[in-house]
Amino acid sequence: MSSLTVRNLRKNFGMVEVLKGVDLEAKTGEFIALVGPSGCGKSTLLAMIAGLESVSSGEIWIEDRLVNSVAPKDRDIAMVFQSYALYPTMTVRQNMLFGMESRGVPKAEQVEAIKRVAALLQIEPLLERKPGQLSGGQRQRVAMGRALVRDPKLFLFDEPLSNLDAKLRVDMRTEIKKLHHRVGKTTIYVTHDQVEAMTLASRIAVMHQGEVQQFADPDTIYNRPANMFVAGFMGSPAMNFIPARFTETGGPALALSGAPSAAPLGVAPAHAASVAPGRQVVLGVRPEHLCRYALQTEERKANLARLTVPVEVVEPTGAETMAVMRLGEQEIVGRFNPDEAPRMGEEIELGVDMTRACLFDPETRRLI
Amino acid sequence: MADIALSRVEDHEAVRASRRRGWTRAVIYGLLTVFALIYVIPLLVVVFNAFRAQPEIARNGLIAFPQSFQPDAWVAAWDNYCIGGTCQGMKRYFYNSLLMTIPATIISTLLGAMNGYILSKWRFKGSDVLFTCMLLGVFMPGQIALMPWAFILGKVGLSNSVYGLVLIHVVQGISFTTLFCRNYYVSIPDDLIKAARIDGAGFWRIFFKIILPLSPPILIVTVIWQFTGIWNEYLFGVVFTSGTQQPITAALVALTASGTTASAYDVMSAAVLIGAIPPLLVYFLGGKYFVRGLTQGAIK
Amino acid sequence: MSLERASATRPRLFGGRRLGELVPIIVLAPSLIASFIYVFVFSIWTLYIAMSNSSLLPSYGFVGLSNFESLWANRRWNIAYTNLFFFSGFYIVGSMLVGLLLAILIDQKVRGESVWRTIFLYPLAVSFIVTGTVWSWLYNPVDGIQALVRSFGWTDFSFALASDRNYAIWAIIITGIWQSSGFAMALFLAGLRSVDGDIIRAAQIDGASTFRTYRKVILPSIAPIFLAVAVVQIQFAIKTFDLVVALTRGGPGVSTTFPAIYVYDLMFQRGQIGEGAAAAIMMLAALAVVLVPYSLFLVWRRNKEVRNG
Repeated sequence: MSSLTVRNLRKNFGMVEVLKGVDLEAKTGEFIALVGPSGCGKSTLLAMIAGLESVSSGEIWIEDRLVNSVAPKDRDIAMVFQSYALYPTMTVRQNMLFGMESRGVPKAEQVEAIKRVAALLQIEPLLERKPGQLSGGQRQRVAMGRALVRDPKLFLFDEPLSNLDAKLRVDMRTEIKKLHHRVGKTTIYVTHDQVEAMTLASRIAVMHQGEVQQFADPDTIYNRPANMFVAGFMGSPAMNFIPARFTETGGPALALSGAPSAAPLGVAPAHAASVAPGRQVVLGVRPEHLCRYALQTEERKANLARLTVPVEVVEPTGAETMAVMRLGEQEIVGRFNPDEAPRMGEEIELGVDMTRACLFDPETRRLI
Repeated sequence: MADIALSRVEDHEAVRASRRRGWTRAVIYGLLTVFALIYVIPLLVVVFNAFRAQPEIARNGLIAFPQSFQPDAWVAAWDNYCIGGTCQGMKRYFYNSLLMTIPATIISTLLGAMNGYILSKWRFKGSDVLFTCMLLGVFMPGQIALMPWAFILGKVGLSNSVYGLVLIHVVQGISFTTLFCRNYYVSIPDDLIKAARIDGAGFWRIFFKIILPLSPPILIVTVIWQFTGIWNEYLFGVVFTSGTQQPITAALVALTASGTTASAYDVMSAAVLIGAIPPLLVYFLGGKYFVRGLTQGAIK
Repeated sequence: MSLERASATRPRLFGGRRLGELVPIIVLAPSLIASFIYVFVFSIWTLYIAMSNSSLLPSYGFVGLSNFESLWANRRWNIAYTNLFFFSGFYIVGSMLVGLLLAILIDQKVRGESVWRTIFLYPLAVSFIVTGTVWSWLYNPVDGIQALVRSFGWTDFSFALASDRNYAIWAIIITGIWQSSGFAMALFLAGLRSVDGDIIRAAQIDGASTFRTYRKVILPSIAPIFLAVAVVQIQFAIKTFDLVVALTRGGPGVSTTFPAIYVYDLMFQRGQIGEGAAAAIMMLAALAVVLVPYSLFLVWRRNKEVRNG
């Protein structure tokens, strides 16, 4: 059964169209991440699901009820805000009680709910404090607690971790994942951080310019991105895009448009069948699918195409080392094991894993 | 050796620098003191004269230290001094001012808080335009409103009445109080309101449970601003009331203008102080908030 | 993102389905209507009176601009607005200079800052009537400052500003500066405190003297505050009424008449309501001349900031 169904949803602010027909659907217990750059409409979409923004056209269903014109309080949802939005004049306990009091939940139930959630989130010692006396991580917990006490059908998170420092963010990310696992509530989670989306979600909706670019599980999103936007947005460092043209000289191969001197790259069999000779394409290669050809096993070498490139910059990060290399007119980034990392100024023979590479149409920017 | 020589050079430098700094400090404090005297002396003159006997003032001039402290002038000014034929002192006018200032302050502040809440958290199409229109009231010169007010007060039977002044000050004050509160409420995150709406709270519950508990700072600023402003107002008071209905500012002008009392500096000083004490009290008690209101009122 | 923010809490009000959604409008309505009447109806009403043949009582025979013509032909009105220009100029410059000096002095990490501030600001809490009354005593040649100095032995010392028709306006200017330089100080001080400390430290590292730091770095960065102070003071100057009433009552003769006093006199002392209303309209026009460009400037600046992020 679906907890949430969004059909052809549109939103206009005056002349500006912020959402251009969004379709989305979350099965019960699913964790859906809405990810995209700022201004892509993801927060507006969440606000519309919450009922905080009106619907210009389209439908929002929560379970089997059309909620387009239902007030936020009657949608049976709970929301965690980026700023936490804890009521500053109330204690943690009062913050958690506020929603239940507004709804007239019986006293005994209120007490029970607080006890349950406080134990779940381990915030019992904080109950009598005010938000101003809490650390960032504690506030974050309380904000989730406030959402949890109500036992709603749908959990909405609006960039809940973006106000935390890097270390805490990772901890809380794990915490949220555990929590979701335990509580099993359908969750819609907005973030601009693709790592958060990848780690948390059962399915990801990548949004850009008011449209869902791709809605799929993390593995598909990462390995089979629907278009160049998704490919470029997910993953860091970003995927390398190399313009190329199909040739048939000596088997199907790609001649690189930006580096005419480089030898054409042999194509993986899966790609070879789908493309006509002479066709312009964009070759998309993730940094981790570049390697030093010489150091690979024979078995692996079978999948690799070869390029000789000079290394311009080397950036060690500890666990791995990034190298920026020059390929004709453009730069490409590779991700190396530190033991295999090239040195600055070195000229290396680069292996390109063509079985993992993606081909895009330069016109439509879609995956071929 | 070299070290010692070097440190001695530094010593000289340091001494010279600190001497220069000493001089600068002296000039700074000197200037501040001169200005402070200019600001304080007029107040001291009035306070002293309110306690001096009139013959002593006549003999030694206005600006002098009192030779004896006497409360007589206060009693006269408060209770039985004659102003324009009635001999009831300032108390009558003091009460008038209180009767005008307190309700006008409370009503305009409450309205301002609600307006500010709506205009910041329940905006609707055109609400910004409406806000701008309300804002214009801040700049309106009172003179423009004199004739219309005279007509309206006559129609509703509030001519020559303190309640008429209350009405005027409320209408005129809404612009300020709305402006103050709206600008303050804008800084309250919208997420709080959204969270409360999801929590099932409506317009009034959000106002009373979330906005009002956050409001003391701005309410204090607004109350202080309105109280001092309305208490000190003169034009409307003198135009729309007369005789025993006048607020204290108008009565003070009447008192100092009446030829016979022109030289009764003792009583006049006490009367002036009676008129100045309430706003001064508010200023000294709520100084921080007073300044905040001032800067907010200015950067409109 | 800004779009998402701007209308974030905007519920549907028109065409809404629930009565609850109309509550804000209903609550706001009385204030809106009152303000609308106060601002627009009153202005137009007064403008209408200014074009009528009202004398002792308002009447509504239309006479066009003749009240304005007789206003501008009146010698006293000419004195009034000349006074206004003269007063405004010296009063604004004077109180800004004093206020700026005080703010800079206090900004030198002086001890007892709040005491100094309290002293310089208290006149603002007191009414112009009180200030004017007290200063009129100080200006009084028989009892005030002149008498004091003469009692020290300087027997031909002369200080009778308020009673000399050539200098009485200076009495008002000085008192005005005394009253409101604290206000300028408060605003300037707030501005000085808001200047980014790193800029000042950078200037010090560049070897700039304190004086040069203020002149070249700090003051330019609080330029908007100068404008804000000036605009507020001009508004006040145009509305000046109480202070003059308490100090000189427009005298000696008509030497310290101001537009606001003129309006009051014509309306309530001389029964020339039409011409008084015309004078009030001129006051409104003067305010508009100052405030309209200023508001446009503020809007322009805000838009520019928005554009530049």
